[in-house]
Amino acid sequence: MNEKLIELTNIKKIYHIGGQDFAALAGINLVIREGEFAALMGPSGSGKSTLMNILGCLDRPTEGSYKLNGEEVAHLSDDELAVVRNRHIGFVFQNFNLLSRISALDNVALPLVYAGVGRKERHERALQKLTDVGLKTWADHKPNELSGGQRQRVAIARALVNEPHIIMADEPTGNLDTKSTKDIMHLFEDLHEEGKTIILVTHEPDIAACASRQLLLCDGMITRDAGKGVVMDVV
Amino acid sequence: MLFKESVSIAIAALLSNKLRSILTMLGIIIGVGAVIVMISIGMGVRQNVTNSIASLGSNMLIVTPGSANKGGVRSAAGSNQSLKLDDAEAIQKRIKDIDYVAPTVNSSYQVVYGNQNWNTSVYGVTPDYMKIRSLTVASGSFITNADDNSRNRVAVIGSTVATNLFGTKNPVGSNIRIHNQPFKVIGVLESKGQSSMGSDQDDVVLVPLKTAQERLMGITYIRSINIQVTNTNDMDAVQEQVETLLRQRHHIRTGEDDDFNVRNLTSIMETMSSTTTMLTLFLGSIAAISLLVGGIGIMNIMMVSVTERTREIGIRKALGATFKDIMTQFLIESVVIGVAGGLLGVFFGVSISLLISHFSTFTTYITAAPIILSFTFSVGTGLFFGIYPAKKAARLDPIEALRYE
Repeated sequence: MNEKLIELTNIKKIYHIGGQDFAALAGINLVIREGEFAALMGPSGSGKSTLMNILGCLDRPTEGSYKLNGEEVAHLSDDELAVVRNRHIGFVFQNFNLLSRISALDNVALPLVYAGVGRKERHERALQKLTDVGLKTWADHKPNELSGGQRQRVAIARALVNEPHIIMADEPTGNLDTKSTKDIMHLFEDLHEEGKTIILVTHEPDIAACASRQLLLCDGMITRDAGKGVVMDVV
Repeated sequence: MLFKESVSIAIAALLSNKLRSILTMLGIIIGVGAVIVMISIGMGVRQNVTNSIASLGSNMLIVTPGSANKGGVRSAAGSNQSLKLDDAEAIQKRIKDIDYVAPTVNSSYQVVYGNQNWNTSVYGVTPDYMKIRSLTVASGSFITNADDNSRNRVAVIGSTVATNLFGTKNPVGSNIRIHNQPFKVIGVLESKGQSSMGSDQDDVVLVPLKTAQERLMGITYIRSINIQVTNTNDMDAVQEQVETLLRQRHHIRTGEDDDFNVRNLTSIMETMSSTTTMLTLFLGSIAAISLLVGGIGIMNIMMVSVTERTREIGIRKALGATFKDIMTQFLIESVVIGVAGGLLGVFFGVSISLLISHFSTFTTYITAAPIILSFTFSVGTGLFFGIYPAKKAARLDPIEALRYE
């Protein structure tokens, strides 16, 4: 339970803009243990998205070490990162990012296609996850026939389907009304109780309050790390 | 596994944008169809020419008089009067390895029956003419040696002449007038249809050679000698012997020009055949260009499709799709366009070829080679022109792609 799932050591991300170096991340040290529910907060331009992209293995840091589940992933190739994303990370986006041409069920099953799972098993597992988020009867509907809250639940089912170690949620309630926001946050809390590790990016303090740990990012540095009964874990 | 997935993803993507997919395919459909139609027309012409020359006999030599040369003034080829019946008889007697020798004369005359008249070519022929031209008599009989020797006024008429003079009546036994002389119709030829040059082979009247020479035309020379050689391999040898013999008989000294020509149908056939091959290649290559244009159409649409689906690519990559996965997906999509377009193109090409040969005077000849070739080419086109857009898609950065609106 207290296994170090994510271990960032001196992570830097430097962009070259107009001949000048700009450090989006200026040396991040962070450990996230299995089963944690962490909220990542910060004003725009703080490096929130950059950190999220690196944590989600969508991007590589300029320097530093990133150990995911004990494995060094900071300098993997694009294709190796794709495999890591597929196996270890489930994404939930602000704008859902579902494929509009295919049904909810097929959307949920998509990560399993790239994991090389057979058609029959894919369907069973995807349907199971849809049932878990309460959308079994909507399996054959296309995303544009669903409400915003339902779409986000489909996206959460998709994030869960390949049993990843971490759920990365980037402003998951940003496009939702109050009621749907509540539903989705309940879903995340349930997942947390089941023992899932969740990293949530948000700029709303009351959303972040649902998490067990709050991280504040400012100018590419973690400036505050607080949680309900969680020891400060800045290495 | 993933390959099967990619195929179904690609087909789903194409089906979701039906009109665009069909329009893209249209380039390939027209290209493949055009190649098949054009080559089948070319092959049809070639087949036609080859057949009709072969039916004349590829083992034929034709001797015609050269041009007359009086005091340095040369007349048209065939105007020389030096070729005689004796020459034909000499060839028959003195040269081995030949089946038949058929001397002929011909001229145009008005032919009259009752109140009907018709202008046609009248040929003076010997009985061997029938064998050499592979003629058959539909009703009545052909000219005999006895007819020729006694200069009988008898005629065998072609079916076009028969129809124009007699209508539906059987002409055998009736009397017609050729150049105001009475001839008895003893036979009607089986129809041979058009020749490869487009002339009506049934628009003829055949009379005995000597009758034609002495009673109709009042000449002593002949217009041509057809020689059928037993074995095609001996053609050149026989042609040389004929030339030597005729030079001897016509007292042509070494260094002087022949007063006759010996033509060989094999060489004519070769010329015609290479001409029609050129024609086929020409038509085929024009059609192939349209196939290339179709390929560029595929590339164009695939580029648009990649741009449009940037976000989809981003999502797929975020969920774990590798470079190869995305590459395969888009490549298969363009190959599917190539395959489907190719199949439809083959279908339309073959159908149109069949319709053309059914409803027009063109004969088309469909062979497997252009079908296989153009289909393979269309699939190859899909593959080749799909590579660049697929690579572009597979190289997209997932972060950029997810941010794309």
